[in-house]
Amino acid sequence: MQKEPVIVIKNLHKSFGKNKVLRGINLTVNKGEDLVILGRSGSGKSVTIKCLVGLIDADEGELNIFGNDIAKMNYKELNAIRLRIGFLFQSGALYDSMSVRDNLAFTLKHHTPHLKNEEVDAQILEVLENVGLEEAIDSMPSELSGGMVKRIGLARTLIIKPEIILYDEPTAGLDTITAREIDELILSVQKKYKTTSIIITHDIACAKMTGNRIMILKDGVIHTEGSYEELENSADDWVRSFFN
Amino acid sequence: MIAYLKKNFYEAGKLSMFAGRFFREIFTRPFYSNEFIRQCYAIGFKSLPLVSITGFIMGLVLTIQSRPTMTKFGAESWLPSMVSLSLIREIAPVITALICAGKIASGIGAELGSMKVTEQIDAMEVSAINPYKYLVNTRILATTIMIPILVFYADFIGIFGGYIGYNVHGSLGLFRYFSEVIEHLDFLDLLPATIKTFFFGFFIGLIGCYKGFNAKKGTASVGMAANSAVVLSSLIIFIIDMLAVQITDLFF
Repeated sequence: MQKEPVIVIKNLHKSFGKNKVLRGINLTVNKGEDLVILGRSGSGKSVTIKCLVGLIDADEGELNIFGNDIAKMNYKELNAIRLRIGFLFQSGALYDSMSVRDNLAFTLKHHTPHLKNEEVDAQILEVLENVGLEEAIDSMPSELSGGMVKRIGLARTLIIKPEIILYDEPTAGLDTITAREIDELILSVQKKYKTTSIIITHDIACAKMTGNRIMILKDGVIHTEGSYEELENSADDWVRSFFN
Repeated sequence: MIAYLKKNFYEAGKLSMFAGRFFREIFTRPFYSNEFIRQCYAIGFKSLPLVSITGFIMGLVLTIQSRPTMTKFGAESWLPSMVSLSLIREIAPVITALICAGKIASGIGAELGSMKVTEQIDAMEVSAINPYKYLVNTRILATTIMIPILVFYADFIGIFGGYIGYNVHGSLGLFRYFSEVIEHLDFLDLLPATIKTFFFGFFIGLIGCYKGFNAKKGTASVGMAANSAVVLSSLIIFIIDMLAVQITDLFF
């Protein structure tokens, strides 16, 4: 099967003041692929995916998504691309003044104002069913546990039916059992929605379960990449230290 | 000193650009009318108890405090018109705006600041929803419209407070009192005072939103956003008031 690149990053640089976080990232993600990016805290993993959706402006480099360089896009064009990308934030980032139903309806109604209320409700129920939280529909975010917030965050991402999902530390701050449930959920989403994913994580079990290729970031560049087995048996002690 | 001035000029420039964005985007679709109405309710209706109490006390205290001097000059009968003019032209707009700066600007600063810190604004952005239009435009528009209404309300309550204050040591019927007030009121007493309240409202919303929207990462910045929103909007209210008085003095 021919590989179709949907995300291509070339020579990405980003500094915050004197702190050079990214020093020339190059990566390609093909359609249907699930790429895991590992790295120590502060290595620039989150900055990389935030540059991809235009939340952070890159200093230098090319960011191609679906063949379009996002640096050259205006706000409207960038928003059209953003609609094809889902982003799961580390904190879930649910709108805390809205109920779960409103959190999901907000994005959907904004982009599809012609939908009737019954159709909106049906779509909300469908995504909530997919994340196993139909009963939380009328809860407020403050009433949800950490794992539930991540699930609802994923449901909010799924409601716009994205082709690419960027996961920023999906299992951070969760206990092992809940973290594995989130991993299984990511897997089921990948299968059901046939998405392309980039998963940023520290969690090796999550990386093993959800990714079919792993990249490790070090000093602002891609240090190494390969399958889980290849990296686990790497000759590089530093790489192997992630898997111990 | 130079660094301090440079920093303040830089902030003023950023605030101007933030305000410019409001005027650029306010006339373009989409319009979030539900959110605007919700903000009007939160800013206007929910401020009524506070404005009622302060308005009433303003009128009552002003009357009681002014009475001895007015009596000394044999001008006690001028008390209703003096109190109402003071309230309408100066005291009610400024005090109500300051009360609202404390309640509303800090509330907006803290709310948007916490949304920024918890990545809710980023979440809106990546969902292809313009957070500026949804969060900022609706709030600035709501404060610009609701503050003048609250000031009108405070004027009325303050004048009523004046009536109660007058009757602590005197005796004057409600109808007679209000007749005295209206008799000495001119349209030009109301117009400049009303115009400046739109500016007060605009800047209360603008500064609250600006401080919240530009909060840095970390929970401490939420408190700082709320605090600096109150300080700066209070200062701006005094500056606008001073300019408004000068302009009124020139033209009316």
